[in-house]
Amino acid sequence: MRALAARIGNKPWLLSFAGALAVWLATILFTEGKGGGQIITAALAFSTFTVIVGIGQMFVITTGPGNVDLSIPSTIALAGGVAMKIMGGQDGLIWLGLLACIGAGLAVGTFNYILIRLLKIPPIIATLSSSLIVMSVAISYGRGLQIKPPPSFADFTTAQVAGVPMLSLCAILFAMIMAVILERTVYGRATLAIGQNMRAAHLAGVKVERTRCITYLMSAAFAGLCGALLAGFSGGNALNMGEEYLLATIAVVVIGGTSVAGGRANVPGIWGAALFLYLLVTMLNTYGASAGVRLVLTGLIIIAMITLAGGDKPSR
Amino acid sequence: MLHATEKIVSLSGMTKSFGAVRALAKVDLTVGVGECLGLVGHNGAGKSTLINLLAGTLAPDGGEIRISGQAQPAGYGVRRASALGIRCVFQELSLCPNLSVAENTRIYHKSLRGWGWRGSAAELIRRGLDEIFPGHGISPHATVGDLPIGDRQMVEIARAFTVTDSPTRLVILDEPTSSLDAVAGKQLLTYVRKLVAEGGSCLLTSHLLGDILDYCDRVVVMKDGGVVADRPAVEFDRESLVAAMGNVVSDARIKAHARVTAQRGAMPVVVKAVPKLQADQAALVAHKGEIIGLAGLAGHGQTRLLLQIFEAAGQTRADTNAAGPVALVAGDRQNDGVLHLWSIARNISVRSMRSLVNMGLIDGAAEAALASKWRERIRIRTPDIDNNILSLSGGNQQKVLFARALGSDAGIILMDDPMRGVDVGTKLEVYELIRAEAEAGRTFIWYTTEIEELNNCDHVYVMRDGQIVADIARAELTEEKVLQASFREGAQT
Amino acid sequence: MTDSVLSSPLRDRIDMLRDPRLLRRALPAVSLAAILIAIFLINDRAMSYRGLDLMLKYAVPIAFATIAQMFILTVNDLDLSIGAFVGLVACIAGTWLVDQPVLCVLILAGCVASYAAVGALIHVRRLPSIVVTLGMSFVWLGIAVILMPTPGGTVPEWLKGLMSWKPPLIPFPIVACAAIALVAHVLLMESSYGAVLRGAGGNATAIDRAGWSLLRIRMSMYALAGFFGVLSGLSLIGLTTSPDAHIADRYTLLSIAGVILGGGEFVGGRVSPIGAVIGAVTLTLTGSFLIFMRISPDWQIGAQGAVLIVVLALRALIKLREGR
Repeated sequence: MRALAARIGNKPWLLSFAGALAVWLATILFTEGKGGGQIITAALAFSTFTVIVGIGQMFVITTGPGNVDLSIPSTIALAGGVAMKIMGGQDGLIWLGLLACIGAGLAVGTFNYILIRLLKIPPIIATLSSSLIVMSVAISYGRGLQIKPPPSFADFTTAQVAGVPMLSLCAILFAMIMAVILERTVYGRATLAIGQNMRAAHLAGVKVERTRCITYLMSAAFAGLCGALLAGFSGGNALNMGEEYLLATIAVVVIGGTSVAGGRANVPGIWGAALFLYLLVTMLNTYGASAGVRLVLTGLIIIAMITLAGGDKPSR
Repeated sequence: MLHATEKIVSLSGMTKSFGAVRALAKVDLTVGVGECLGLVGHNGAGKSTLINLLAGTLAPDGGEIRISGQAQPAGYGVRRASALGIRCVFQELSLCPNLSVAENTRIYHKSLRGWGWRGSAAELIRRGLDEIFPGHGISPHATVGDLPIGDRQMVEIARAFTVTDSPTRLVILDEPTSSLDAVAGKQLLTYVRKLVAEGGSCLLTSHLLGDILDYCDRVVVMKDGGVVADRPAVEFDRESLVAAMGNVVSDARIKAHARVTAQRGAMPVVVKAVPKLQADQAALVAHKGEIIGLAGLAGHGQTRLLLQIFEAAGQTRADTNAAGPVALVAGDRQNDGVLHLWSIARNISVRSMRSLVNMGLIDGAAEAALASKWRERIRIRTPDIDNNILSLSGGNQQKVLFARALGSDAGIILMDDPMRGVDVGTKLEVYELIRAEAEAGRTFIWYTTEIEELNNCDHVYVMRDGQIVADIARAELTEEKVLQASFREGAQT
Repeated sequence: MTDSVLSSPLRDRIDMLRDPRLLRRALPAVSLAAILIAIFLINDRAMSYRGLDLMLKYAVPIAFATIAQMFILTVNDLDLSIGAFVGLVACIAGTWLVDQPVLCVLILAGCVASYAAVGALIHVRRLPSIVVTLGMSFVWLGIAVILMPTPGGTVPEWLKGLMSWKPPLIPFPIVACAAIALVAHVLLMESSYGAVLRGAGGNATAIDRAGWSLLRIRMSMYALAGFFGVLSGLSLIGLTTSPDAHIADRYTLLSIAGVILGGGEFVGGRVSPIGAVIGAVTLTLTGSFLIFMRISPDWQIGAQGAVLIVVLALRALIKLREGR
């Protein structure tokens, strides 16, 4: 019994899944079991996007205090626009559009990293300033026009297998790969070491700058990819498409059991937290809460979750 | 009672446990008025816990604290201790780096407020510094973070002696000389004697047994959470003190181990480094299999030189070359060494991750094998190698850092005063290991603040003001020569 | 008194002037001057009482919000809710300030108290401030939306009058910003408790060991932030006709940028209230600069980002020189 408790204690991310389950049960209790399946399908579909960018954000946050990628929303907006413009509604150009959106992400990531490295400024400030510039570029590039995705791309992003979105299956596989990268590769270990103590990690032979560079490029590339997928999923790009993901990525990372102080990360928790957040809003909608009440409760529940999970306990 | 004099502090039956670990078991301790008491013991003997209880930063599980004869109630804490005139200088720096020296003084004294508080604080700390460390050259308006570590330690000590509303009756100095150079250390201890002569009291812990024997009136030896000896200092000598701490072997045995080395230069040069500030072309040269000592007063560019070599690993630069991989053993464990969220095993393997990779992934079995191998070799005392690194005592954490470096592919090992605050037993074990590894062809560059340790080295460089000022072969090494080079004034050569 | 005692404080002052860090401290002011000169070169009419008044109108609420953010940054936290909070204050004031001023003041006092409570929660449960304030931003915004689903409300005339007051010689925004900077400077940099507050950002353990309550310190900082947030909201509605919940969304990022632009560091309690106000003014002027340059408003936020990068680049250069 005590061993079981200890196991759960070691896996704080279980809490996020438990929360997701509880919220789902509360919802279908209200609808008397109706629509439970559809709700899960929708939760999986919408969580996919949060997970893709959330994992990038998780690696960034894991590299230590002050490391947060604030440029994710603008990158999503820019990359979504770039991808849709290049695809131009033609199926034959999907691959080029996907390459372009990742390329746009990598460009933003490179810019972020150059700022961090050359100006030696806290990443949160570097990504904040670059996000302002990227947003202006996105506005200027897209002229605020919405371009529709190619039909096959739209089909792919909305396809389902037995009620499970294709994209979600891909994202689950993606999360598994990222979990292995985190725990079992030199890059992943380096990220965790840097997050605990950058100086000590460097003196222990960890390639600090290479690791940080990869991390910021990765986060921006994931945001870029997410931009294209989101544009495909929602029938076209929009400038405010990424807006909610700034807060959402930080929220899922933390609720998912990753330490904001750095050095401790958790991939499965990202999925749990993303599902939880989506299901929470669904539940509030079902109960007929107004927009304002929904916001207040979402906020309070995020705070309650983090309070419950506890902050950074001393590791002794 | 053995001591008939008046007591400033008397602790009786002090007990404290951390989880299952009993740090103190019914300890009695007294400090007399006008007495300097030395407290010695290994890491984990319970000294720090006892000091924290006395300073009010920890609450005891049981026992009685009497200050000037008054029994203290259960709520005894820092504030109460401070009001009763008990001041503590902690081992780790407790200054705010973003504040000025004067502002840091204000933090310490609640009564420094209202108009002109800044001026009074500045005057207070200036007087304190002048009195203890004449010629210190520290401005009260300087930001603490911009000062070198030695200066910061001086500010911290001087601040503990400053007096406003409540008089200073007892000063607790926990390893005060660890960051000070020899001159400042001597100034401090001289001041302590003066204070004691005037009726103040002092509780001093130090790993430098010479300081304890020379400056304390009485010595209390702790071991495993209890007091094992309590006698006037004159009844101890070095040997008997070490024996009392529970060490069968004393430092003196180091000398007997002096290596018989081959002619210097028979082996290839693996490290050559000219310090950045070096005026002439004098360079540190290390041949394969040598143990090179770096000596001099604390903070005279030794660590910087080590980092310079570290950064040049595997490269040939204009002023530095290091043939092959380099590993560093940090001395400042908390800031430079330990990865506090990780297990002992991961802390060992981090330097060797790249060689443990199999098909792109780190091989878990190989990682575990590496960690257990070094746990055996360097005798890390832990029930489980997967425990968190912080479950270890300071000395054992240091062993993990040695295992990290020695378990790696590095042929060149840099050591940044790694024995700081490490008990004698651990030291002797590690010395032996270093010698064995050097025999096997590894090269060591060893910065140390303890002159005795240089006896382990084949060749010693002394640094002063960022430059190499002496180059002493093993055969010619004497303590006098090292000290002479460390203190020589500039200008002449 | 001997000679050396008299001369030593003077010697310290001179040492301070020789400090190479002086250049870095002057950087916020220098960048503000650079932007001002650029604006004047392009449009000399801007260099008038009216021009400055117009360009700097919105600097006042931004400066208040920036100071609020600075208090939080001092204790190594970050407030991602200040923009939403300013919006809420605007909605509360727009709803009640005219009809029920006493009730309104009580509610606003309650808001400040809840800010302090957030600080207490963060401290006691050792929670990451980013997440808690992120959650709070939802809460503030939600309440504001409930209060005022669509833009509306009324603004008292005295508040409008104050914000459009034309004092002789110096335009009101400049007077107000100088006053904000001065008050915050005295509170945090000159008062004796201010040293303790900043110390908590530099080395919390040391402050704790010296016998200060870290809980009280954190609550004070959050309460101060809340108070300045209230002032930001009030000054903001004095400038607009119809408050709404989203009126200050951008203030969160602007306030962080302002503190950093003003020479504040992200961790370690190294902040500067005067610098923060200068940073806020600089960011406000950047917008006006673009209008004078006839550059598309698309680039307005991009330009603010660019200014931030340029100033930080200069700071990095100075640091490089210091290192030598």
